[in-house]
Parts: sequence; structure tokens; C-alpha cells
Amino acid sequence: MPFLALQGVSKGFGPPQRRTDVLRDVNLSLEKGEFVAIVGFSGSGKTTLLNLIAGLTRPDSGGVTLNDLEITSPGPDRGVVFQNYSLLPWLTVTENIRLAVDQAFPNWSAARKEQHVEQHIRKVNLLPARDRKPAQLSGGMRQRVSLARALAMDPQILLLDEPLGALDALTRATLQDEISRIWQENQKTVVLITNDPDEGIYLADRIIPLTAGPNATLGPSIRVAIPRPRDRRTLNHDPQFKAIRRQVFDFMLSSRSENRVAITRKLILPDIEPEDLEQARYPQGRRTPLRRHEIKRETVEMP
Amino acid sequence: MKRFRLDALILPLIGFALVIAAWYVSSATWAKELPSPSKTWEASRDYVLKPFEKRGEMDQGILRFTWYSLQLVAKGYFLALVIGTPIGFLLGLSATFTRIFDPIIQILRPVSPLAWLPLGLVLFMGAGKSASELGALFTIAICSMWPTVLNTAVGVRAVPQDYLNVARVLKLSRTKTLFKVLIPATLPYMFTGFRLSLGIAWLVIVAAEMLTGRPGVGGFLWQEYNALVYEHIILCILTIGFVGFGLDRLMSVIEGRFKTG
Repeated sequence: MPFLALQGVSKGFGPPQRRTDVLRDVNLSLEKGEFVAIVGFSGSGKTTLLNLIAGLTRPDSGGVTLNDLEITSPGPDRGVVFQNYSLLPWLTVTENIRLAVDQAFPNWSAARKEQHVEQHIRKVNLLPARDRKPAQLSGGMRQRVSLARALAMDPQILLLDEPLGALDALTRATLQDEISRIWQENQKTVVLITNDPDEGIYLADRIIPLTAGPNATLGPSIRVAIPRPRDRRTLNHDPQFKAIRRQVFDFMLSSRSENRVAITRKLILPDIEPEDLEQARYPQGRRTPLRRHEIKRETVEMP
Repeated sequence: MKRFRLDALILPLIGFALVIAAWYVSSATWAKELPSPSKTWEASRDYVLKPFEKRGEMDQGILRFTWYSLQLVAKGYFLALVIGTPIGFLLGLSATFTRIFDPIIQILRPVSPLAWLPLGLVLFMGAGKSASELGALFTIAICSMWPTVLNTAVGVRAVPQDYLNVARVLKLSRTKTLFKVLIPATLPYMFTGFRLSLGIAWLVIVAAEMLTGRPGVGGFLWQEYNALVYEHIILCILTIGFVGFGLDRLMSVIEGRFKTG
């Protein structure tokens, strides 16, 4: 019996006549304690997939179950780290995490909650910044707070939605190491959504590519059997890493050429043209800007 | 830097000087009934230099009148906030509520305080002596409520989806979502509404006092018009202007506090 299971999940958006099917027939199963990375192009429906697991949206068809129970709404058993941090800007680091702890463990004493919050701030190395507001933190620090908030609820499964997408390469690497360390300490079940195959391979036990949207679906699951702890410096030369990387790239690129996307967009050209002010265009000598209400349509084929 | 500060002081003074000059010229030439600046000062000196003196019901120091007006405004304004903020939240949160009440709000919003006041007096006719006060309060509240209502509604609708997702993922209860997420996220908008409301409340007070004859800046203005003491009309106008300006500054300082938070 899998711990988390998605069976025949489909999801679309928009009114019936102009409906975009984002996900079609997605099947996924996770064992307890597994770290699975889902890699996909931007806009392919990764976040929709994660929102389905989080319970923020319901599938049009198919079912999502955690521990054999149908997921119908969000809950503290699933800790979510959003791409854009989603911290409440009027609360300090401590208060943001405390809010989550209050919700997850309403029966604890105040002292125990306080200690629990502090423990998680320490876990992500943010003790010196505990009383700061999110606006006073760097992107990397904010994402750590978000991670600490998710972990502090002691969820059964951790859902990471492109958590490092907005960070620079160096901060990204540091946080990847931290996620790797924290996972090895807690052995929580993790679903990581990412657009970076290297990140997925470095962190996960299994990596699953998502085909290009619309109508995206999951590709073959590729096991990453590289022993832990993994060393970032030698990983690039590891033959297994290279093989998996090639496999993921090949699959994703071929899925993309099958599924060419064309976008038609309306271009409204700037409607004032430069003109020669020396020349009166009208006999009366009145100058007006030459207007050209021109609307062009352009179709862009995604390569 | 030094030049800038000098400009900041001198340029507004030039503006004042020009207006006072125009006033002086007008009173000397085409508007013979308009008291000149110096005559205005002569007639107003007692009221300004002994601002809290009470010589009679309608003959009091200007700050004493201001104080009466401010008290009435405070009550009406408070009423407007207490009623307006929840209505704003309901409008922001519920599309159905918006569809039911938005048209009527749009129709009532542009109605002038001068039109509301008689209705207020009629409504509270049974209240006897306090009828004029209740009518004035009603008018202030109903006129100054709209900016608070509309800004709060806009603020609630503008709460980022991210924050609402956090509330859903954390399974915050409805009340907790309201107090921990919606209200803090809406505060900057609410305070903009509060500031605009206070401005309107202060506008309305003058009209209300003029029509009810209550002691206060507006009441004094109307009485002195009837008593042909035109100097005091100008005194009242200046007082109303300065107090309104002060209230607006005060609110924008408070507003600024919440913007950064």
C-alpha cells in the first residue's frame, strides 16, 4: 500500500468552451520516507500538481490519497513550502513559525511550543534573525523560515514547490545542502517540485519528469541510487549522475517536440510616430501626432 | 540643502502674501462689504488671544468652539468607522453581498450632507432636546462612512492569494484567518479610508452646525453672518482650514506607520 497515491488525476482550468487541460491522467505513488523530485518545464503544471497533493485544488477526475485517506482539503499533515515564501510580512520569524505550531499542536503548553519553535529556527540556522520581519531577510533566509514553518508542524509529508527557484546559484546550493541534511535527519516523505534536473538528482531518491504542457503527465520514474551523503563536487563526474541526467533531459526534450505549443498574442503597436516638426502636415499649420491604430497578431511557436 | 530649506519656507509664504494682497485689494475696491485683513484681525483678536473664554452661548473663544466641533466630529467619525469597516469587510469577502448592496451604496454615496441633515432631524424628532445632536451625528456618520467602506472592500479583495493559501494550509479557523491574515493585510487600505473619512467628517460638521445652530465653529460662522459681523466669517473659515489640515496631517502620520508594517 503506497503512502501517497495519485490515480488517474486530471485537472483543467477555464470555462468549458476555452478549457485548458493542465494535467491528464497523472499516476504517482510514494513510499513512506521517500524523497521524490518532479522535474518539469515552467508552465507545465508542476504547481497545479503540488496544489492537488496539498489539497488547495481538487482534481476534475481521479483521486489523491494519503495513508489511504482521500485528500479533500489542506491540512497540517502536509507541510507546504511555496515558491514565493508566503510568509506573513507583519509577523516576525518567530511569530510566523509560532502561528503554524499553534495550529498543529493546540494542546501543547506555551513553554513547549516556544521551545519547539526555537528548535526549528535553530535547525535552519536563523537564531540571530528570529525577531526580524520577512522584509528584513534575504530571499534565502525567507525560504529557510518557510521551510522551518513547514517542518515545525511535524507533517507526514513535506511538499516543496520550487522552493529555490527564485534564489541565486550560490544560495541555492547552500539551501540544497541544508534540505539534504534536514531530510537525512528527519527521514520525512518529501515531494520536491523543481525545474532543475540537477537539483532533483542531487536531492532525491527518485526523479520523475513531467511532460511539457498542456495535457502534461508524468514520465517514467528514474531511481537515483547514488549513495548518501552525496558530494556536490564529485557528483558532476559520477557516471550514474550523468546517465540519469541524460535520461531526464532526453525524455523532457522529446516530450516537448511532440507537444509543440503555439501562442497567439495580440500586439498593440505604440500609437505615436516620431515626426518632423519643421513640416506642417496640414494646410492650417496645425500639427497632430500621426496615429496608427494598428493591431497585429503574431504567432510564436515554442521550439 | 540650505537653499532647499529656505525655499520650503519662503515659497509658501509668498503664496500666503499673494492671497492676502488679493484679499486686501478686493476689500478696498469691488467688494466693499468684505472686511480687510487688518479689520478682520481687529475684530477677531479677542477670540484668538483668549481662545477658551466663554462670554455667552454663541460668544466664545475660537478654540472653545473648535473643541465643541471636534467632540461632535469624533463621535460621528467613530460611528462611521464602527459601521463602515465591517460593511467594507463584508463587501470585500462576499460577492453576493456586493451584488446586493453595491448599487445602493453607489447611489447614496454622492448625496450631500445638506440633504442628509433634514432627514436626520426628522429621524430623531422624538428624541427631544438631543434631536439636533443625534441628527448631526447621523449626518456625519452616513456621509463620512463611504471612503472607509470602499477602501476596506478594495483592501480585502487585494489580499494576496499567497496569504490565503497559507491560512488554508495551516487550517486557520475563520476568526483566526480574519484576525491573523485578513485584517493585518488590509490595514494599509483601511487607514487610507479612515483618513479620507475624517476629512469628510470635518467638512460635514460645519454644514451640520450651520443648519442646527449648535455652538461650534460652523454654528458661530452662521450666527455671525446673520449678525452682520463678517470679520468672524473669515476667522471661522481660517480656523476650519487649519484644523482640517492638522487632522489630515495627523492621519497621514498614523497611516504611514501602518504602511511600513
